[in-house]
Amino acid sequence: MIEVRRSTVINAPIAQVWKILRDFNGHDQWHPAVERSSVDDGLKTDQVGAVRNFTLVGGERLREQLLAMSDQEHRLRYSIIESDVPLIDYSAEISLKPVTDSNRTFWSWCSCFQTPEGREIELAKLVAEGVYETGFEAIRRRVETNQARHATHLTAPANDRAIQGYAMVIDRYGRAEELHQVAIRAAPPGPGQVRLRQTAIGVNYIDIYHRTGYFNLSTHQSALGLEAAGEVIDVGPEVRHLSAGQRVAYACPPVGAYATVRTMEAALVIALPDNIDDVTAAAGLLKGMTAEFLLHRVHALQRGETALIYAPAGGVGRLLCQWASALGATVIAATSSEQKARVARAAGARHVLLPGETSLEEQVLAITQGHGVDVVYDGVGRDSYIHSLAALKPCGHLVSFGQASGGIGSRDIDSLADKSVTLSRPNYAQYTDTPEKIAILSERLFDAIARRTVTIEAGQRFPLVEAAAAHRALESRQTTASIVLLPN
Amino acid sequence: MTHIYASSVIASPAGQIWPTIRDFNGLPSWHPVVVESRIEEGAAADQVGCVRAFRLQDGGYIRERLLALSDYEYSCTYAILESPMEVENYIATLKLTPITDGDRTFAEWSADFDCAPQQETQLIERVGNGVFQAGFDALKSRFGG
Repeated sequence: MIEVRRSTVINAPIAQVWKILRDFNGHDQWHPAVERSSVDDGLKTDQVGAVRNFTLVGGERLREQLLAMSDQEHRLRYSIIESDVPLIDYSAEISLKPVTDSNRTFWSWCSCFQTPEGREIELAKLVAEGVYETGFEAIRRRVETNQARHATHLTAPANDRAIQGYAMVIDRYGRAEELHQVAIRAAPPGPGQVRLRQTAIGVNYIDIYHRTGYFNLSTHQSALGLEAAGEVIDVGPEVRHLSAGQRVAYACPPVGAYATVRTMEAALVIALPDNIDDVTAAAGLLKGMTAEFLLHRVHALQRGETALIYAPAGGVGRLLCQWASALGATVIAATSSEQKARVARAAGARHVLLPGETSLEEQVLAITQGHGVDVVYDGVGRDSYIHSLAALKPCGHLVSFGQASGGIGSRDIDSLADKSVTLSRPNYAQYTDTPEKIAILSERLFDAIARRTVTIEAGQRFPLVEAAAAHRALESRQTTASIVLLPN
Repeated sequence: MTHIYASSVIASPAGQIWPTIRDFNGLPSWHPVVVESRIEEGAAADQVGCVRAFRLQDGGYIRERLLALSDYEYSCTYAILESPMEVENYIATLKLTPITDGDRTFAEWSADFDCAPQQETQLIERVGNGVFQAGFDALKSRFGG
């Protein structure tokens, strides 16, 4: 018998999560693996004994029966009665419990089953990751998007104490023109929340991925943006680290920063030191925190190491060059024009590679006496992957943190063994998803800014209503400093 | 019967927190309201059935019997034998559950007891906040939260 157990914490009250999960026939509405669901014999979705028919996105069918459901214990149990996937005697339980001191939900999903001999590991992984963990993330996105919509209260009644403002939203994925203005109301902050009047909003390449659908958003109307600075209007109960009138900033999911006012989780919001103005914070927090975890956590760069950094004139690239050289590493920067090469040298790059007669890796090997570099910080993705690997020394580390030219896609992992390469594919969200992580990251960044180890350059500024123009400017790749949107 | 339930998320693996919780004689080392503790009759602190006698900051004296201890489920159940609180049939469980995404722990502390109806609100506050949540806050400041 195989036992699989997975659990997580969802940032939403238990009633909200249970309402979604208890709909036994509704899992096709939220689980990415389930294409269609229907219940036999016209039974109700919460009728114990009901049988649901799933068609998975891969076309497989299965039938599952609801064995028990408790609204009191927030628990439901079901078993597979027929399946194209060979899970034998499969019985599973979903159970929710409240996290009483933060109004969140602990969610456990576990099952016991048997498989044909030899397929235990493969099928346990399918259940644990393909079904349970994927389900966790889908619900997390769903409730957090709901919270963001709720927080900016797109549909709030006119007579509450909400504060009016506007946001730049998209109704569907597409070109920059999809961004349009809507009136919003920021609800009074609930427990653990803060309401902000935003003064500067950062524009990042990830916003374009959200706009185009490269990264999924909810299908509903959604404001874009992950980063802003501003002033606290008021705080809800249980918020201790912020108070009205304080200057603050944030750089984290959920999306919704392209707005004049916003109500959000206070734990994600950081107080700004006096030496960092609002525009600098909006221009640099996300990129700076990215540089911080890439250089200190993903690959803890050591004095004497050699690092290859792409796009040294871009937002994160320039900060990486500055910070890496301040850490005592030798920085080799790869860029496309003499103008950008000057930015790279000013940012501390010892060597700058330009497209030439020899390949990038040949240039790197020539500079490093044939050794290669210790680490490559690669935000380019598809087009640079092969060159990055070739430029590494044995046991080197490829940190692939971006996909400016497209995702790196499916690659041959076996070939990494040729040089014992380590490959990392870090994602901003996992390094910035708790107040503790954000506190450590931001403290080190603010210290680096104060000591001028890194300098944040706010470039072009656009009125918030011209967010589409800001996106076009960023997409043209002609910019060398961060774009900031100004609400007024 | 009155039921109290409190829960929290602690930012360390359950296996790291458990040794602190499992020491039935160890409350003074982590719980802010307990100043001294001893196990009666020279029993071991992990002997099911042993009795701990401990003193609170405010001078209160409490005796509790260990009813169940599980290293498998990371849980500890105990009953009050003697205390300044006017409760009867008081049984509480403190339990840790690993959260598989991230090295975190879901901590639950619950109690069932009988009391006079007019005492109930005050007891819920005293136990739920003063004992359970205060304990979680101490664990979180020690193990992260």
